[in-house]
Amino acid sequence: MTGPATPLAADQGTREPIAELRVPARIDHLKLIRAGVEVAARMCGFDWLETQDVVLAVDEACQNIIVHGYRRDESGEIVINLYRCDDGLRTELRDTAPRVDPDLVRPRALGDVRPGKLGSHFMRTIMDEVEFRAAPGGGNILEMHKRRSDIP
Amino acid sequence: MSETPTPPNGRRVIHLDGSVDLEHTPDIRDVLLNAVALGGDVLVDLSAVTYIDSSGIACLIEALHEAREQGADLGLVSVSTQAMRVLKLARLDMVFPIHADLASATRALARA
Repeated sequence: MTGPATPLAADQGTREPIAELRVPARIDHLKLIRAGVEVAARMCGFDWLETQDVVLAVDEACQNIIVHGYRRDESGEIVINLYRCDDGLRTELRDTAPRVDPDLVRPRALGDVRPGKLGSHFMRTIMDEVEFRAAPGGGNILEMHKRRSDIP
Repeated sequence: MSETPTPPNGRRVIHLDGSVDLEHTPDIRDVLLNAVALGGDVLVDLSAVTYIDSSGIACLIEALHEAREQGADLGLVSVSTQAMRVLKLARLDMVFPIHADLASATRALARA
């Protein structure tokens, strides 16, 4: 984990808060997160396919928090802030889990055909920017930004 | 999730539907690995899958490896648009045998 990060490129433009989701860190609540992110992505103008991609990326990030961050301790919480940007959608995920070493969630080489670490690959492949940083006072912040492909 | 009661030509067909996600993959993994353990080729129908995540893909990879270790194969049939998108993101669309429908899958396996 690094210190305060350079703001994402999305921070240079305007951003409008769409929603804040506060969800227990439970596997059976992931569907609620997916539903919220899907609506937000459509509000930002993403087409169906890109919306499905964004939903997958955020879902995988939340799975990482639940499984690797909270280690399936269901008393934890995930706070998801969704913003509409000039060029797409910005997501900010916060948790209070122990600090995560970003090396632990790096994607594996795709030539290695076996289960595991695919989620991180999806996040980095789908989203244009992915950045982990420590939250002030403890926990982790994951910011991701997705640009619409129809905007030059 | 269901299994075709009478396997065509001895090949077991598993039908997955809805969300193949972290909430459901423990059960799905059991069904797939049990089907593989019974021997013979296994076909997994993904036509009704509306969502699949990395845990679902991991189940399929594990079952594929198990099948091939036993000298059999595991093929995907009628892959939904969403599932195919995720397979391509994982660059696994060239790893799994993928068939347009059950009939073509059965023909392809018969030739193998």
